[in-house]
Amino acid sequence: MNEQPVEQMDFETALAELETIVRTLEQGDEPLDRSIALYQRAETLKKHCETRLKSARERIEKITLDADGNPAGAEPFDAG
Amino acid sequence: MVAPEQNDRADQPDGGLLAKQERGDNAPALSVSELSGALKRTVEGTFAHVRVRGEISGWKRAASGHCYFTLKDENSCLDAVLWRGQAGRLAFQPEDGAEVVATGKITTYPGRSKYQISVASMELAGEGALMALLDRRRKALAAEGLFAPERKRELPYFPRVIGVITSPTGAVIRDILHRLEDRCPTHVLVWPVPVQGEAAAPAIAAAIRGMAALTGDGPLPRPDLMIVARGGGSIEDLWAFNEEVVVRAAADCTIPLISAVGHETDTTLIDHAADKRAPTPTAAAEMAVPVRRELVNYVGELGFRAGKALGRGLDRSAERLGHVAARLPSPLQLIDQREQRVDDLGDRLSRALGARAQRAHGDLAAVAGRLDRRLIDQKIHRGEERLAGLWRLAQLAHPDKPLSRGYARITDGDGRTLTRAADAREAARLSLHFADGQVHAVPEGSEGAGSAPRKTAPVARKPRKSYRTANQPGLFDAPGDSGDE
Repeated sequence: MNEQPVEQMDFETALAELETIVRTLEQGDEPLDRSIALYQRAETLKKHCETRLKSARERIEKITLDADGNPAGAEPFDAG
Repeated sequence: MVAPEQNDRADQPDGGLLAKQERGDNAPALSVSELSGALKRTVEGTFAHVRVRGEISGWKRAASGHCYFTLKDENSCLDAVLWRGQAGRLAFQPEDGAEVVATGKITTYPGRSKYQISVASMELAGEGALMALLDRRRKALAAEGLFAPERKRELPYFPRVIGVITSPTGAVIRDILHRLEDRCPTHVLVWPVPVQGEAAAPAIAAAIRGMAALTGDGPLPRPDLMIVARGGGSIEDLWAFNEEVVVRAAADCTIPLISAVGHETDTTLIDHAADKRAPTPTAAAEMAVPVRRELVNYVGELGFRAGKALGRGLDRSAERLGHVAARLPSPLQLIDQREQRVDDLGDRLSRALGARAQRAHGDLAAVAGRLDRRLIDQKIHRGEERLAGLWRLAQLAHPDKPLSRGYARITDGDGRTLTRAADAREAARLSLHFADGQVHAVPEGSEGAGSAPRKTAPVARKPRKSYRTANQPGLFDAPGDSGDE
């Protein structure tokens, strides 16, 4: 099983592994110790996903260009 | 020689060897430059503003930025030049085979006896020509593999930063931002570009490349998804998105790209090069992000299911444990069983010992029957007889035996038997042993007899007490003999 550190995972990978673990747990074929370890990992993954979802926040910026047309920075964008 | 009369025929077309300047002639020969200049004035005056329709051929952009090409139809051709300033203002990128309407003036080039059209503006010759051009371009780019399905990348499921390249004004950006906000608020970087007109294509291409070049190290984060969008319009309005620079920039883009140009029915070449084509800008926003609320619910549900599944696993394990525990015998039972075994073994031990003793007894009995007193008694009896026989022989050999027949045995004072007369003379005392006793005597000539004749009694030693008891026969005694006293 992929034991990549959860903090480094992108959302989709974490979600996919969470799904896999839940299915595995639901099949109930794993030894109890392993089930508990899986559940702990599932909790970490779930927390990671939730954090990622919570941290999604709106921020709209407009890129400002310098004289050469290269991006120089950003300013708040108001679409009106 | 030239005959004078020939002068009369100066008007005649066939000339002589020399050109003649007739007197009063008002049409003298022109220089080439004069004529060329005259032609130039005439042509440029007459064709100062023309519109000509033809197909572009031999399109070439020189390093100077001026463009040279030929306009042609079935039978004729016309050289054309497009100066740099005008070339930058074209609404499309000319290419060979494009049917165009060029507007400009005819100029001549006296140095080469040429005329050409200096194009001031040029448009595609109608929608048919536009479509034909588009089709040719699409095929050429497709042949390069720019639209190949294997070039398409998956869109990220949950992008953190979305780059949007579009006009900063208008409904399109508002639609995108609103839909993103509805579904999942996300960090959006807007790269403003003109989406129409001659400046649009280079700006859009530069924006695509510029955004893909963001590393995230600078003040701007690197988007993990890009949207190139424009609202609906005519094919001319959308033309910038068909331009090769834009299509190539999209194909080269290292960030997954959604194109959302025009309405659902409009297809531009950037749609083929993009990783995903959205029918509208709103649809692009929907493709870009998942619905956060649904994800929150889904993650929650997964957590719940995980907990339930684990709980079920624990219940099942507990149940199994219960079953097994119920079948577990009590400790007392375990001890009882062992005690019983010990008792049993104890019983069998004593019984086994008894049986063994009994068997040994049986064996003994079997042997004991053969054990007979007579076997040993016979041996004893035979021994006694042999002993008695030997003893009789021994008595016959007793040294004192001859004494009874008149012999005497002589010993010195110490009891040593003397066998030589010399020894007897030496001895101080003699004992004469008879069968029935002894007599002590002193030999003549002995020291004892000559110097101190004494009675034998004082020198005679008190007879030794025999170590034998009176009734014990000596080895050399005859049976029944009681000893030497």
